[in-house]
Amino acid sequence: MSMRDRTAKWFKSGTPWIWLNAGAVSVSLLMVLGLLLLITVRGLSYFWPSDVMDAQYKQANGSEIRLIGAIDSTETVPVARVRDSGYKIESEEPVERHLLKVGNRDVYGADFKLVLAPFLSDIKFPEDILVAERREWGNFYGFLISISENGNVIAEGESARQALTERLQRAVDLFAQIRSIQIHEIGSINYRLERLRLKQRGLELEGLEDPEAFAEIEKERETLQQEYDVQREKMTVLFQQIRRDSMRVETMDGTQKDIPLEKVVRIYYPNNMGIFAKLGFYFKKIWEFISDEPREANTEGGIFPAIFGTVMMVLIMSVLVTPFGVVAAVYLREYAKQGPIIRVIRIAVNNLAGVPSIVYGVFGLGFFVYFLGGNIDALFFPEAQPAPTFGTPGIIWSSLTLALLTLPVVIVATEEGLARIPRAIREGSLALGATKAETLWRIVIPMASPAMMTGLILAVARAAGEVAPLMLVGVVKLAPSLPLDGNFPFLHLERKFMHLGFHIYDVGFQSPNVEAARPLVYATSLLLIIVIVLLNLAAIYIRNHLREKYRSLEH
Amino acid sequence: MTIDGTQAQEDKMKSSTARTHAINIGDLDRTKSMGQEGEIEITLNVSDLDLYYGEKQALKKINMEIPKNRVTAFIGPSGCGKSTLLRCFNRMNDLVDSVRIEGLITLDGEDIHSKHLNVAELRRRVGMVFQKPNPFPKSIYENVAYGLRILGIKDKRRIDETVEKALRGAALWDEVKDRLQDNALGLSGGQQQRLVIARAIAVEPEVLLLDEPASALDPISTLKIEELIYELKDKYTIVIVTHNMQQAARVSDFTAFMYMGEMVEHADTNTLFTNPSQKQTEDYITGRYG
Repeated sequence: MSMRDRTAKWFKSGTPWIWLNAGAVSVSLLMVLGLLLLITVRGLSYFWPSDVMDAQYKQANGSEIRLIGAIDSTETVPVARVRDSGYKIESEEPVERHLLKVGNRDVYGADFKLVLAPFLSDIKFPEDILVAERREWGNFYGFLISISENGNVIAEGESARQALTERLQRAVDLFAQIRSIQIHEIGSINYRLERLRLKQRGLELEGLEDPEAFAEIEKERETLQQEYDVQREKMTVLFQQIRRDSMRVETMDGTQKDIPLEKVVRIYYPNNMGIFAKLGFYFKKIWEFISDEPREANTEGGIFPAIFGTVMMVLIMSVLVTPFGVVAAVYLREYAKQGPIIRVIRIAVNNLAGVPSIVYGVFGLGFFVYFLGGNIDALFFPEAQPAPTFGTPGIIWSSLTLALLTLPVVIVATEEGLARIPRAIREGSLALGATKAETLWRIVIPMASPAMMTGLILAVARAAGEVAPLMLVGVVKLAPSLPLDGNFPFLHLERKFMHLGFHIYDVGFQSPNVEAARPLVYATSLLLIIVIVLLNLAAIYIRNHLREKYRSLEH
Repeated sequence: MTIDGTQAQEDKMKSSTARTHAINIGDLDRTKSMGQEGEIEITLNVSDLDLYYGEKQALKKINMEIPKNRVTAFIGPSGCGKSTLLRCFNRMNDLVDSVRIEGLITLDGEDIHSKHLNVAELRRRVGMVFQKPNPFPKSIYENVAYGLRILGIKDKRRIDETVEKALRGAALWDEVKDRLQDNALGLSGGQQQRLVIARAIAVEPEVLLLDEPASALDPISTLKIEELIYELKDKYTIVIVTHNMQQAARVSDFTAFMYMGEMVEHADTNTLFTNPSQKQTEDYITGRYG
């Protein structure tokens, strides 16, 4: 058999086709896994407490300085570029360059420093290097000198470390108390005061001359003011207590500096930590990331408000889109006379799914926020004018805009579900004297509910990842309060919210401290993926449950 | 219950192949003389029924009467219109978009297409069982209670009683009484079909339409259904469509043979099977075509 025949036969057998298919699947799989791996590794390594080195570094001008910092990343650069920047180097080998996190932004002005590996010497990892996470100015790297109480030194050297641990715990506890009073007690008082102000303004607008009502309001205001004074007093005491301790530290260039403990979140000695201590620290950091609020322009701390905002926005959207989509699909499939008009409507609905999402954002801003929200304000909240209540971007408008965006998906899925209900079942119900509406509500819609859930799953998957339209209709970089809290009416649909997708964009591209924020981009992306997967799993679980219940469709 | 002369004349005038077929008085007299007690009342009366699917005429000038508390069987080759005719009785054909019906059908003397008659009410009075068992994906209990809930009955005890009565009526009670809350789709095909019958009789219809109720079932289930039909005819007027001529002979009192949308012959079952008056009927029942 000639080579040519064999090739022809090989092609005829379909083998190349199978290889092509398998290849395409493998490439897709590899890309997905690669992406996940990249995000996971980069995102999760951020929380690891890496060792901090103490070394001598020869600068381009020949002078030697001392460097303390943790290696953030390493890359190789061509020798020519190194020479261009003034370094003298003999060999022609490419040079390794470290990005060193040196912290102490308050002292040096930047958190990071680029250093060339060949010019580092005398590298040590001293056990007593201290890393302090601070509420301002980023991390501090250096050595502990002493601890002071009200300005008087009370511990030095070895004993200082012990004292620091105890006193820091005290400061952190006090800080938590202050935060709690600020957010809960004082937040609630402010909220009630604002409502009182609006109530008074409303009475004034109505032109009612009711001195009793005004006196009532005045009385309530006084009570609130008294409550506020009590809390204020409590806070003053706490502030005095928290300001008691400070620590004296020394940076790598020998400068000494006092850091009040109230400004410190956490202190650790990475070079002194065993693997288990590091693991414990690692998981604590991850938990903080998930459960805490952001600090320092979102580059530190956690992203809990963003997770909460994302999930809540998606849930509100689901609640809005499902009834709309289902009702529309029921009309299109069950009631409307199938003809050219319905066909055009159906094509239009399907095409809606292809409209770029930012266009929905523009529509949401123009129609929902300005028109609907503006009119709601004029009708129901005249007392708050000129400050808008609903006439400004907020979570309800974001949810509505995304509901509109995902409506076609739900309609199409529901219509398919309705079409799959066997005629025999509908006729069975009608033959028992049920009307069409009764048949729909009691039999058809419950049986089509798994299909509706499929539509909702697709809608959630799309909505949770959507960012562009949200930037116009409700997402902000930092929301002062969650859309759900303990103040009546508990659910504040008009509030702006934080969103994981926007957070990624914000820390990645809008951050004042890009290097520090970059790992957060990966960590947040990973979290966004996890949130979407969890939302989807929940929906899939419900759908499978429904499927099991109405499994007659399978035969 | 007679065919008036003009009708016969008209038909004669139309074409020699057109036939009119109704039970003649003689047939009915014979059944009476065969020992069944009482006058035979007529439940459903069909006169001059034409039915079109779009341009295609599916039923041609059907005239017939369905006697009360008897089993009437429709036989005939596939596509002859027997199911279509059956579905006229509870206006199931209304669900088909392109259908057009001319002529008169009365239930107890009342025009079923009358504007004053509620279709849902008609369908409650004229129950229907389909070829393939079509229980709802609900519990056995809820399947039977469905019609009652539609009627707006809320009294739990009354529903319980009716469900039990209907299931006993459909000879299914003993098999399912311990698992009323189980999903109806877990039942066998024959049980499902009896459940569907129970569902239909729970709302106490006057007429029960059975559209090939045993064609999807095994012989033992078929036998049970046939026994059930025999028991049910005391209380209900039953119209059954079947492909199976033995079945028609076994269960029915009257049999109608249809061919190409026309009613070829309608007589009591014995006569039709032993001494058919039409050549076409004879050819069909002896298996020469169909």
